[in-house]
Amino acid sequence: MLTFAIRRLVLTVPTLLFISFVIFMLLQLAPGDPMAQVPLTVPDEVKQKMREALGLGEPPLIQYAKWLKQMFWIEPKVLIDWMTRESALFGWLPDTNLYQGELRVLSWQTRSPVMDIIVQRIPQTLWVVGLSYIVGILIALPIGIYSAYRQYSVFDQAGTFITMIGFSIPPFFTGPLLIVVFSVQLGWFPSIYDTTHVVNDWDSFVFQLRQMILPVLVLALQTTAQISRYMRGAMLDNLRQDYVRTARAKGLSEAVVVMVHVLRNSMIPVVTVIALGVPSIFGGAIITESVFKVNGIGQLLITWLFANDLPGIMTLTFIFAALILLFNLIADILYGILDPRIRYD
Amino acid sequence: MKLRTLLLGAVAATAFAPAAFAERGSDGDVKVLYWQAVSIMNPYLSSGTKDIEASSMVIEPLGRFNETGAMVPWLVDEIPTVTNGGVSADLTSITWKIKDGLTWSDGSAFTAEDVKFTADYCMDPDGGCQQLAKFDGVSSIEVLDPLTVKVTFERAMPNPYGPFMGAESPILQKAQFENCTGANAPTCSTENFYPVGTGPFVVEDFRPNDVITFKANDKFRDPAKPAFATMTLKGGGDVTSAARAVLETAEFDYAWNLQLAPDVLNSIAEGGKGQTVSAFGTLVERLEMNLTNPSAELPAETRATVAEPHPFLSDIRVRKALSMAIDRELLVEVGYGRAGRPTCNLVPAPAMFASDNTECFTQDLEGAKALLEEAGYVDSDGDGVREKDGVKLAILYQTSTNAVRQDFQLLIKDWWRQIGVETELRNIEGAVFFGGDPGSPDTFQKFYADVEMYANNFAGTDPQPYLAMYRCGNEPKPSSQWLGANINRYCDPEYDKLIDELGQTGELEKRAELAKKMNEMLTKESYTIVPLVDRGRVSAHSNSLGGVILNTWDSELWNVADWHRVK
Amino acid sequence: MTDAPPPIQALQDKVPSAPPRSQWLDVWSQFRKHSGAMVGAGFLVFITLFVLVGPYIWTLDAQALNMRARDIRPIYTALWDSGAKVDWAHPLGSDNLGRDGLSQLIAGGRSSLAVGWAAMVLTLVIGTTVGVLSGFVRKLDGPLMRLTDLFLSLPILPLLLVAVTFFRQPLRAAFGPEGGMFVLIVTVVALTSWMPTARIVRGDILALKEREFVLAARSIGTRPLHIILRHLLPNVLSPIMVSATLGLATAIITESALSFLGVGFPSDFPTWGKMLADAVPRMEDFPERVLLPGVAISLTVLAVNYLGDGLRDALDPRTRGR
Repeated sequence: MLTFAIRRLVLTVPTLLFISFVIFMLLQLAPGDPMAQVPLTVPDEVKQKMREALGLGEPPLIQYAKWLKQMFWIEPKVLIDWMTRESALFGWLPDTNLYQGELRVLSWQTRSPVMDIIVQRIPQTLWVVGLSYIVGILIALPIGIYSAYRQYSVFDQAGTFITMIGFSIPPFFTGPLLIVVFSVQLGWFPSIYDTTHVVNDWDSFVFQLRQMILPVLVLALQTTAQISRYMRGAMLDNLRQDYVRTARAKGLSEAVVVMVHVLRNSMIPVVTVIALGVPSIFGGAIITESVFKVNGIGQLLITWLFANDLPGIMTLTFIFAALILLFNLIADILYGILDPRIRYD
Repeated sequence: MKLRTLLLGAVAATAFAPAAFAERGSDGDVKVLYWQAVSIMNPYLSSGTKDIEASSMVIEPLGRFNETGAMVPWLVDEIPTVTNGGVSADLTSITWKIKDGLTWSDGSAFTAEDVKFTADYCMDPDGGCQQLAKFDGVSSIEVLDPLTVKVTFERAMPNPYGPFMGAESPILQKAQFENCTGANAPTCSTENFYPVGTGPFVVEDFRPNDVITFKANDKFRDPAKPAFATMTLKGGGDVTSAARAVLETAEFDYAWNLQLAPDVLNSIAEGGKGQTVSAFGTLVERLEMNLTNPSAELPAETRATVAEPHPFLSDIRVRKALSMAIDRELLVEVGYGRAGRPTCNLVPAPAMFASDNTECFTQDLEGAKALLEEAGYVDSDGDGVREKDGVKLAILYQTSTNAVRQDFQLLIKDWWRQIGVETELRNIEGAVFFGGDPGSPDTFQKFYADVEMYANNFAGTDPQPYLAMYRCGNEPKPSSQWLGANINRYCDPEYDKLIDELGQTGELEKRAELAKKMNEMLTKESYTIVPLVDRGRVSAHSNSLGGVILNTWDSELWNVADWHRVK
Repeated sequence: MTDAPPPIQALQDKVPSAPPRSQWLDVWSQFRKHSGAMVGAGFLVFITLFVLVGPYIWTLDAQALNMRARDIRPIYTALWDSGAKVDWAHPLGSDNLGRDGLSQLIAGGRSSLAVGWAAMVLTLVIGTTVGVLSGFVRKLDGPLMRLTDLFLSLPILPLLLVAVTFFRQPLRAAFGPEGGMFVLIVTVVALTSWMPTARIVRGDILALKEREFVLAARSIGTRPLHIILRHLLPNVLSPIMVSATLGLATAIITESALSFLGVGFPSDFPTWGKMLADAVPRMEDFPERVLLPGVAISLTVLAVNYLGDGLRDALDPRTRGR
């Protein structure tokens, strides 16, 4: 398994390069223009000059090579400098000062380093999207297990009903609905997320909870619905297997039979779904983030997509791709642990 | 231009308020919501309305337009004119005299050097300045003394108020931006996020595309202003929830540009925590008629170019019939409510430039049918669609994606169906439709459709550049990479003569007369452009926010120094 | 003493009490016992008839505007609000442009169901094929899974815009404005949503193919294709069924998001997803406009879910006859 993991990790590098190239060419092919949001009152000649100032006139391959250099040579230098200067972990090392003011990956829209903006967005994305994912999993697993164990019981029926309705109603409806009910009518929670809020005592923590609760609810509903359905289906398949009868026949308690034997064997599809979802935490939740103005990474991506900010989109999707590769690798390794019969070599 | 508010009380409060709250920073925090998030605080690098308006609180121009479109001195004592000698008699130069004793927010003196630097900054060929059009025709800028600056033009400029006038061309501090010119302009992110200015606020924390925190500028020229100590400018989200946050929950004090269907906005406004304000400018929602043939069967070199005239829209009677079938009053009622009024003009304002043409207000379906009959278009095969010589009146009608525009499409399609014209609708995402990508078939310049709908306006109060767009040869075409402003491919030598004449006329009455004539040539005399709605701006503020005067000619936040808390 | 010893009772051949039944008959009788599945199937038949036959019974044109009859409330609101603006000519009310609610629901269902089913089936076919192949054929695992990673990481919006730029005109020429869009939407939805199914199916296949029954099948010389069809596919039916139900909901909703980008149907062409999206800003004053399409989508998805449950139970020989 270790050799498998190492081989896959090494293979990741060319894969990522290939993916980044495909994404770059896709963005080149896609119609769109960073000048689209410039008012029509600005004459075309001025727009043309602005495009040239952004480096749009250069051949695509040169633009790609520039991005590669900035992303893999200059940005790491900035990162190392930051680590040796400010981070707690490596702060004791002497300052490296590798970065000498070379051109970093700059957003066309904000004219500032893309990575700085991404770093700025991570806290709210993790608070809201990350938390909702954890909440969703924590609710979904017990629901899935118990509904399968008591198939067609009232609990199962109710769970099925609620999760399926929850999944088939999109967040662009549930979000405004929660705002109307809880912010407008009841006035319990704010409808706008304050990204500058700092948690430093109990009161500010309560405030943070209050502003998080609505977006987390909307997102957790989707996650719960999805994962609990897969969990229930896989449990049902395994509960009927012969080994379950054997385990019961040799006198194991129900708890051990279900929670150890059956659960472990049912985890493969669930692990896949969870691993597929983790990178999307980073990707943020585009609709929910903009409904509640959480302004995390999802909102950043959609803003850049509409503004055709190629460096920004390119960098975000690249990080996203790297996370997808990483978590799918983790899922593959987990398969081997859950079911030792699975062999990759 | 007319300012209408729900409660006249707010206007009355505005008039007397400043005297009552004569202490800077006494009113705490004010929260403003822009549903398009602000990306940068430098309008020379981004001409998005949101960016211009946010930066207008920090950096200021020499003169501004007020809510009636009149010029008001801002960092100068008076607006230079020919009468007061500020503008030379031959209209080739303008001299600005800066107010005495102005300081930047860092305490240094505001001088003519800063003004000259701003012009050099924008006119640098490598800078990619987005407001270059403001400096059109400028040949040189001279500093006459520390408080006097003279702008000389290459030719006579009937409207010399391009540079340093309005929120699009504020003054940057030379000391701060000195190393940010030319190719370096985009790399100065700190300078672009935290400009040093003369305005009532300074940026404290800037998070691009998210939220900006401002604090009162303690060096601001009026010691009693601004009334607010801090300002939070939050961005992002959608229009509906922005309206809710001000009108229903009062979480925010001000929400910008609430372009919502009137029934939705009215229903939210019943929340009672705030009120809407509206004002009109020059924005006109219009139908553009394609005078060339966009058929997909034509080769790419001639499709939608002047080489191929349109099979039926080149007939003025068809264009006129299409216009007559439209009920503009109903469109306003469905789509804009108080924020719109029917118009037949391309130039709806300022009043002296606006033609009094109102004949299009009455819908005339029978007249439209008769006109089509007269033009020879009859429904000979009984399918409800008129045709002549095998050419069916089948129209592809495109616009950008936007709830109100889609409602308009449906209504207009229905009216055209009634006069025997078949319509296919298409809506395209705004970033593609308004983007000039020559590779995309869906841009408004390429116009691969028979009719398209969007809104356009002109900056400031002078319509000359706007009307000059419709010159022969200025149309988008393959040889110009589909760039060009003459979207309809209109060409009339008479019109071109008027453009030239307007460019040489300084006398205001004569200019207005020419502009009216040109406006009529494009609209009621040729139906090349079919104006629908004169679109105003609607914003909302909470009941506790006073001093708001909505201004469509300059930044909406132009008088933010006067905003205060109503107790 | 010549009598033959009496035959031992247990060794006597049993006479079958009934003629043998075919496997599919067994499946059907098990399926029929599943009340949820029957209700689900019943609802699907009903909704299909509703959208197919509906336009012939309720003949109002879904696209016809009637500015005199706009903002009419559904007839049932008269029960608690006698002042409500109701009209028997529009039993489910009308929208802000006076389009009839009932005929919109019918026409919207037609397009939404067509898109939903087609996209779901296409998603499942691609996802299952890729998943089975990469799980079963070791050589294909690497390339196919990296392809999946690639598709997972492609940004969807630019992908859609590219698809529109290159394929709208040819498809429009081949299938007409609405047909061309239908093909484009179904393909786009399927191309952007097959990846989870593929990864889940692959994970299960990786575990299943090491199991004893596969070894047994292999050792009696069963051909790989046969192993996949007879032994592996039935065992991954459960996650496929879940993907199918979730996929149907996603496809119906995604379609409405696409029309925002100009990739969807023309704006006068109703679909459930679009009706829902358009009605959200007015949900306080006209809750029925979100409820009607919302309930229609939810019930359809629920029905497919129950149908899937019943199918899985019926196809599993271990539950059959329980």
